Amino acid sequence: MAKELIRLSDCFVQFDDDIILDHINLYINDKEFLTLLGPSGCGKTTTLRLIGGFLKPTSGEVLFDGAKINDVPPHKRAVNTVFQKYALFPHLNVFENIAFGLRIPKTESDGKKQRKIKLSEEEIQRRVMEMLEVVNLKGFEKRSIASLSGGQQQRVSIARALVNQPKVLLLDEPLGALDLRLRKDMQNELKRIQQQMGITFIYVTHDQEEALAMSDTVVVMDGGKIQQIGTPEDIYNEPKNAFVADFIGESNIIDGIMRADGVVEIFNRKFQCLDKGFAKDEPVDVVIRPEDIDIVPESEGQLRGTVTNVTFKGVHYDIIVDFYGFKWLIQTTDFCPVGAVIGIKIDPDGIHVMKKSQYSGMFGDYSSYSEEYEEISDADYDPDAEEEQEEGDEE
Amino acid sequence: MKQRSSILDRLFMGLVFFFLYAPIFLLIIFSFNDSKSRTVWQGFTLDWYVELFQDSAIMSSIYTTLLVSVIATVVATVAGTFAAIGFYNMRRRWRNPLITINNIPMMSAEIVMGVSLCLFFVAAFGLFGTAAQWLNNTLGTNLPTRYYLGFPTLLIAHITFNTPYVVLAVMPKLQQMDKHLVEAAQDLGCTWRQAFWKVIIPEIKPGIVNGMLIAFTMSVDDFVISYFTAGSSTSTLAMTIYGMTKKRISPKINAVSTLLFVTVLILLVIVNVREAHQAKAKNAARS
Repeated sequence: MAKELIRLSDCFVQFDDDIILDHINLYINDKEFLTLLGPSGCGKTTTLRLIGGFLKPTSGEVLFDGAKINDVPPHKRAVNTVFQKYALFPHLNVFENIAFGLRIPKTESDGKKQRKIKLSEEEIQRRVMEMLEVVNLKGFEKRSIASLSGGQQQRVSIARALVNQPKVLLLDEPLGALDLRLRKDMQNELKRIQQQMGITFIYVTHDQEEALAMSDTVVVMDGGKIQQIGTPEDIYNEPKNAFVADFIGESNIIDGIMRADGVVEIFNRKFQCLDKGFAKDEPVDVVIRPEDIDIVPESEGQLRGTVTNVTFKGVHYDIIVDFYGFKWLIQTTDFCPVGAVIGIKIDPDGIHVMKKSQYSGMFGDYSSYSEEYEEISDADYDPDAEEEQEEGDEE
Repeated sequence: MKQRSSILDRLFMGLVFFFLYAPIFLLIIFSFNDSKSRTVWQGFTLDWYVELFQDSAIMSSIYTTLLVSVIATVVATVAGTFAAIGFYNMRRRWRNPLITINNIPMMSAEIVMGVSLCLFFVAAFGLFGTAAQWLNNTLGTNLPTRYYLGFPTLLIAHITFNTPYVVLAVMPKLQQMDKHLVEAAQDLGCTWRQAFWKVIIPEIKPGIVNGMLIAFTMSVDDFVISYFTAGSSTSTLAMTIYGMTKKRISPKINAVSTLLFVTVLILLVIVNVREAHQAKAKNAARS
């Protein structure tokens, strides 16, 4: 049913001595909304540039509809890009920006001879107007780019790409420069446009919430490697390693030992879980999401810990609980005062076991809770604001 | 205390401007003086300007100046723009030293430029002469074997010293340009050449025009480098003025200097107004 449209086959990219992409393998289906997710420098934008044609892989192949396109220049590819800072042409107005691609004569070959095809002025007019309607910018055609807000510029840049009827739209952190509210609106808008136009979107972001909310498929990247490919649910519920577990949502990651199929040992206590297929007594990483932990009276708990920090978050409390020197984050609707000793219970489906990886031991400890939490929860956190906060702490 | 130092400051500034501009005003005023005297005012006249336009040596040097300035400006603008784009696309490791090399001719003494260009031309002529001699002997051609400084060398010299100014004016515009603009144009179906004409040139046009005006001003204004490279048969306006001071000094000199001063002044005002205007437009766009 889903037709494969783009394939990256063993793509390797190196600049000087830096390996940017380390043998990436990836395929993208027609009409799919695929997100490349990862921290800055993970290779996600490079992957997008490979598909856009702005970069050739050092080795490996880029295939489009089964044909190798490594050497096809950007202007001959059936993909269009929405750039990070929009890259609108400041010397042209909204209409001319959108019409830019339509005004370039296209060469079309019908087997024997090549013809230059130039669109009529009426056709250009019609298609630009249609596109302005899709992105909700009717009446803006004569405006200059400098007079538009960030969100409006964003829409122009999407319209400018889509008006060329690409098979694939590449979006490079398109919402990065917008404020939170606008970003949420644009997420819905983008999803709607994708469904309305029925084309493939390849979306690059470092914002995990955005990725989960919009995508059919999420590709988590780090260090030039693909860490995991899957649906948003897969990625969240079944992270492959500590990096993915930490990057997507909040997670407590604890060292464990797999004692048998369905039995994992944490802090010398055995827990029931659903994971199978590990060697007996294999050391593993155990992920427990903060919302999967139930707080029970001390005597009934599988583990016992002391509350060290409570933050009210509206719907729930974030509490930090010290278990034998290892701090966990628990999200609960019950209020527990700091200093209280509580017991916890975890259902078997709340425990996810992962193989040890290079990321083991790097993530998932909330001992340095406050700083880490600020950074993760607030994707557009302002470094200046944090500096101010640090200064305040010193006083 | 503060008040007094402010008065002293103003006095000092006034003196600076007085010594800077008094000679020029004197020159302008006496270009309208109805006497050969350069010290006594005897009434207003435009005679010196009329005489100026009847002087064939001056008129021909004005023509030479304009011709060399226009051609040198056009060539330097094209060369400088492409050079700037070349620098812009280079890796930083290469770009920075090359830009420094580009700046050296502007900062070094003009006389060094003049003498070195002169020596270079003379050496090149020697080489050409030898080559021509050899061709004449072996192939029986009739090429001239002796070459002289003249309009072509003057022109080459002007192009040489103008180009760095154009590079300097265009570079900032390139650096201000969103680096994804060219990629966006290519993404929308442009070849690199189409992207160049449709996107890069419109974006850096203000820089190109400024560079052109600066280059033209420098050309019109130049004396030292022209003096060393024009030879004896060609003379720019600045050289003619210098020549006139060696003989009996006529107030025509005042008139022609005034014309030169006003021309350069107008060009500089245009450049500055344009720059101020662009800065204002940019601030307006940002807010």
